[in-house]
Amino acid sequence: MPKVPSINESPLVPKPSGALIPERDLLSTPVLETHHLGIDFGGLTAVDDFNFTVGKTEIAGLIGPNGAGKTTVFNLLTKVYKPTRGTILLNGEDTSGMNTVSLNKAGVARTFQNIRLFDNLTVEDNVKLGLHNANSYSMATSILRLPNFWKQERLAHEKALELLSIFDMQDMAGLKASSLPYGAQRRLEIVRALATNPRLLLLDEPAAGMNPSETAELMENIMKIRDTFQIAVLLIEHDMNLVMGICEGICVLNFGRIIAKGTPEDIQANPTVVEAYLGRKKGD
Amino acid sequence: MISFLDHLISGINLGSVYALIALGYSMVYGIAKMLNFAHGDVIMIGAYISFCTGHYLGLPAVVSVLLSVAVCTILGIVIEGLAYKPLRQAGSLAVLITAIGVSYFLQNAAQLIFGPNPVQFPSIVKMGNISLLDGKLLIKSISIVTILCGITIMLVLTWFTGKTRTGRAMRAVSEDKGAAQLMGINVNRTISITFAIGSALAAIAGVLLCSSYPTLMPTTGSMPGIKAFTAAVFGGIGSIPGAMLGGVLLGLIEIFGKAYISSELGDAIVFAVLIVVLLFKPTGLLGKQIREKV
Repeated sequence: MPKVPSINESPLVPKPSGALIPERDLLSTPVLETHHLGIDFGGLTAVDDFNFTVGKTEIAGLIGPNGAGKTTVFNLLTKVYKPTRGTILLNGEDTSGMNTVSLNKAGVARTFQNIRLFDNLTVEDNVKLGLHNANSYSMATSILRLPNFWKQERLAHEKALELLSIFDMQDMAGLKASSLPYGAQRRLEIVRALATNPRLLLLDEPAAGMNPSETAELMENIMKIRDTFQIAVLLIEHDMNLVMGICEGICVLNFGRIIAKGTPEDIQANPTVVEAYLGRKKGD
Repeated sequence: MISFLDHLISGINLGSVYALIALGYSMVYGIAKMLNFAHGDVIMIGAYISFCTGHYLGLPAVVSVLLSVAVCTILGIVIEGLAYKPLRQAGSLAVLITAIGVSYFLQNAAQLIFGPNPVQFPSIVKMGNISLLDGKLLIKSISIVTILCGITIMLVLTWFTGKTRTGRAMRAVSEDKGAAQLMGINVNRTISITFAIGSALAAIAGVLLCSSYPTLMPTTGSMPGIKAFTAAVFGGIGSIPGAMLGGVLLGLIEIFGKAYISSELGDAIVFAVLIVVLLFKPTGLLGKQIREKV
């Protein structure tokens, strides 16, 4: 496995609010802050008292056993679910009045645990959909075929190819999304999310189903995306090599509650985390 | 031979009207996943608007058609916003019943406003007929206009959904509303636009239909509406070329069936063909194979 370049020169340091973020992000407003976030489904509390902060350029991880509520957190952050309690601050601003669409425009983009591409559209059109709000010309313009329409479409085409080239996928632009191999579909989802020009990229199990060399490449690409676009990434992942390799801050969920937060080193040494994953030793 | 050509042209003429109506059904179904049974009655409203503005106000044909398109576009957006949008999360049966309700509402409102008696709709195309083969074959100019309208609109719509930003958003919403929303696409607005386009086409279809078959009354839209729905299913619902193909074929089958088999059984033949096609190709002629996720 290729060695992953170290980006984590600085350990997490607390802001005055007590939130842990990388040192270089200390002076900027965190891209994401949640306070006492929680949701109930009927009588069941799926997530409770979720307090987490993601720095402006941080790669953060959300881990936990199956059913811990990780994807539910993503659905709360994108307003697919309406939180029962708590607040979500995006770049320091309250998001309580926002819906999924306005939140995306404000800079939250995501991928899905089970791939949800637009199967019958081409690879390029999938990316262009992400660019939907970036290239705006009115419907009248397109019907009258005004020059602005051609210009905007050409720009969208160039931008789409540029984004696809991050993953070396520009040759696949004309293929139907459903015809791509599995790994390429996962990468296309990331490109599509990036096209919406996010400030926080939420990746739901980006390495699921990938082999070790694909995963290593993905790790490098996630860091490349963070460095190029200067955005924050929050990812859910079960592959501990990936999580421990690239995440700066990690949050561990179990039964909908945070049981540990910290650097990869802190998390690996934390007995509560080990217990949540492996169970308690006999006699302890 | 002459009568065959004559029937062929009236078949394509009627078929083009069905196709225009079917496009509206098909687009709305593809994107909102609902059957808008009020679509046929929007056709009737469109025809009445054109009739009133042309006949009573004496406006030129082009203006009356444009007015009718404008009114129907707004009507489509209003129907969607008032009747269907509140039911977005409801079951498909609730939406279906609402659509039938809207259909009756429009028919009865038209009866109240325009009266129950049929009116004679003057053709919007005032040009003379074209005679071919030493005057043995007469082609009505309205037939040519109708067929050209059908082809143009299908080409523009194919380009629009395939190549423009709004069209892409429409295709994305038709595949996965949730994912589209998470990509920043306003699903409600996209559905509204779809209804607007479908209703604008309905207005054009209404005017063309009544120009060829000039009896206009409040129930004029219901039978062509149902046949166009059949055409949309026949061609593959959700597909634009499918709606066009289905419409034209249905028109041909209806006219030829009436001419050569039995004029009473014309409609029965249309639906019998539909049943046979669906038995062998359940997704319609050009319909996409639906893969169920397991």
